[in-house]
Amino acid sequence: MSLPSATSTAPTAASADGADAARPSRRASVVMAVLTAVGLLVFVLLASGGTSTLSLASGRDVVSLPDLVLPSRWASAVLLVGCAALTGLAVARTAAGRRTPGWVVPVFGVLLVLAFLVWVVTGSRVSVVSLLGGTLLLGAPLVFGAMAGVVSERSGVVNIAIEGQLLLGAFLGAVVASLTGTAYLGLVAAPVGGMLIGLLLAVFTVRYLVNQIIVGVVLNVFAIGLTSFLYSTVLSDNAGWNSPTGLPQLPIPVLSAIPVVGPVLFAQNLLVYLMYVVVAVLNVMLFRSRWGLRLRAVGEHPKAADTVGIPVARTRFRAVVLGGAIAGLGGASFTLGASAAGLAFNREMTAGSGYIALAAMIFGRWSPLGALGAALLFGFASNLQNVLSVIGTPIPSQFLLMAPYLATIFAVAGLVGRVRGPAAAGVPYEK
Amino acid sequence: MSAQQTEAHADDPDQQAPPSGREPGRFGAALAAVRDGSGLLSLLAVVLALVVGAVLIAAADPRVQETATYLTARPSDFFAAVGSAVGGAYTALLQGSFLDWTAGSATRVVRPLTETLTVATPLIAAGLGVALGFRAGLFNIGAQGQIILGAVLAGWIGFALDLPVGLHLLLALVGGVVGGALWGGIAGGLKARTGAHEVIVTIMLNYVALRLVEFLLTLGAFQREGQANPISPPVEASAQLPQLLGSGFRLHAGLLLVLLAAAGVWWLLERSTVGFGLRAVGANPAAARTAGISVPRSYVTVMLLSGGLAGLAGAVHLLGTEDSLTAGIAGSFGFDAITVALLGRSRPGGVVLAGLLFGALQAGGVSMQARTGTPIDIVLVVQSLIVLFIAAPPLVRAIFRLRDPQARGARA
Repeated sequence: MSLPSATSTAPTAASADGADAARPSRRASVVMAVLTAVGLLVFVLLASGGTSTLSLASGRDVVSLPDLVLPSRWASAVLLVGCAALTGLAVARTAAGRRTPGWVVPVFGVLLVLAFLVWVVTGSRVSVVSLLGGTLLLGAPLVFGAMAGVVSERSGVVNIAIEGQLLLGAFLGAVVASLTGTAYLGLVAAPVGGMLIGLLLAVFTVRYLVNQIIVGVVLNVFAIGLTSFLYSTVLSDNAGWNSPTGLPQLPIPVLSAIPVVGPVLFAQNLLVYLMYVVVAVLNVMLFRSRWGLRLRAVGEHPKAADTVGIPVARTRFRAVVLGGAIAGLGGASFTLGASAAGLAFNREMTAGSGYIALAAMIFGRWSPLGALGAALLFGFASNLQNVLSVIGTPIPSQFLLMAPYLATIFAVAGLVGRVRGPAAAGVPYEK
Repeated sequence: MSAQQTEAHADDPDQQAPPSGREPGRFGAALAAVRDGSGLLSLLAVVLALVVGAVLIAAADPRVQETATYLTARPSDFFAAVGSAVGGAYTALLQGSFLDWTAGSATRVVRPLTETLTVATPLIAAGLGVALGFRAGLFNIGAQGQIILGAVLAGWIGFALDLPVGLHLLLALVGGVVGGALWGGIAGGLKARTGAHEVIVTIMLNYVALRLVEFLLTLGAFQREGQANPISPPVEASAQLPQLLGSGFRLHAGLLLVLLAAAGVWWLLERSTVGFGLRAVGANPAAARTAGISVPRSYVTVMLLSGGLAGLAGAVHLLGTEDSLTAGIAGSFGFDAITVALLGRSRPGGVVLAGLLFGALQAGGVSMQARTGTPIDIVLVVQSLIVLFIAAPPLVRAIFRLRDPQARGARA
């Protein structure tokens, strides 16, 4: 993330960046090689033999698929050979002084995760559909939060307050859904909650030029304090205020009957479908529309944008508020989207998701699609942890929960390719 | 630009943020602007935050809600209800944090004051750490994780080793400082070597630390015998910080250590060469580099020191107050420390006062919740609003219709 001290417009920082530019791909090859070697050692050489059963069936398939029974060591070995091949490709490209194609690292990651999965479920059976479906459910707030971060930071305002926006969204969504008895009205209210925090963030950072990180951190504390206070006063005094109904599952006809893909992607609730829409629209708007071009211009070089007549403050203000609304919508997935029965609001129920969303945004390099992938990966890690706690696992669950945070540290340290955010993110703009 | 000029620039209270905002020193300047708001504005910010808190308390009170339904008929009822809700809560807050004049015995009258000091102890230590980072232009959001690591190491030395009195306590304290310093040092080292932004790295390390302590507490070496809950054995008596006022109070010698640390930080920043270098880097890294100060080394140094102070907070909290390690050992001290450092304007004296104020709010909040049922969460709202208002002097001035002392066309 580029905050003032790391702005690449400063001559010294720019030269340092130049020196670094060659390094990351070499570093990435080294990291890939090490990970492949560790994988081979743990998943193949030291692994005890056995089979891993992956169940692919679900209730609504047209053709029901049989269970996939794999000899664990061989399956891991095959996947890791793929990893080794990709590492070789990266090394060859680096040695030839050329760039490694962008798809290499993600594919490598997927293969490695699969090898890990096969190893970890040795001797037991896991439903792929529930594993992936749960990933989407747990990943939804992270995806929305990461999109909020993308919109805000692309305009040049660092959004640490995602956590607070999620929390207030979850709160207002639950309260309105309870009072009206309609989950969909809660879905309308949740963005308003996120927007309120976004508005505060915008007022203090854009209008009063207060340091964006300070405001973000403090707004998170504010949101926790406010929602917890109201939770233990108003919500507990009035029984009917905190018993929301959840969003019902809306299977899309035909599509939801496709084996594996159908139940995972197309038998979800409205919030998950909204998530697809938000990501797709943002990705197109950000990179293909005039609005997106202006937004990115303001985030990269506000002075230049100002010179050609783009109103910097107004653009940033609107982007931050829009981001807040998106995160607020994501907050609804804690209360309304968690299950069809709905979940009552609880104090601090977002439990740090906003910070993971922030991490997903960085990991996805400030692009909606990248952030989507990262957020789903993090959702997968926490869902896998849930699944493994049931079937028992060779590694402690705490390390799985740690994985997203460690991955982010590696990412910002430049171990897996270069991560560079909008140049002017974190810098207030004064005419 | 010589280092001396850089320094003078940083300490200029009238300094405005440079308009273009593209210099690396922009960050330091923004922090300087936070630091250099006037004392009156700080006071008004506290008042304003308490007013907003009062509005919330009144709005959430059932009696107030009831009287509001016939507000036009009998406004006196409404105002009496507001008065009793807000007055009751804030009186309990004061009685729980300062002196409880309604209590029977002398011990119980002064007890709230000692509670405030006890809660303030780790807050001040961690706040000093965050403040030190601010002065060097680094944003250490990771006090939470550093406190945890400090507590883990101090606690392990405290309950696992068997050492003579004195040496045991000393070693446990040193262990705590080292634990925090190493955790902070990771962020400093990564920033120095790869340019990884410390805000992101420290936030992530907070969560890694939390998972790490949860994992450690599942191990035999950390688990208390005969306990299903994740809790460590109690610290040996030889490693506990002595109580200052006897066993009737929780106040312990950690307070003295922390005050000593505050004096040390003051000396470091204002009187030592190392501190001068740190402040120079915070004010303008490019100028500091030109003046021959190694910026990467400063980043590592300041994160080691900052983490060490947070580790000290974890150690004194564990060895003085908690006695055994749990996953929730750090409470919310790490995040509160950020607000303490901001409120204290990153000066050691200011941090001590801010730590005392927040300690009072928290100690008082506990008793307020017990006596009047007003949830302690209102304290979080008040704390965050104080910092927000202090960070935006123009807002506070506008609310109180004050004149801007620097308004002589200085603002571009």
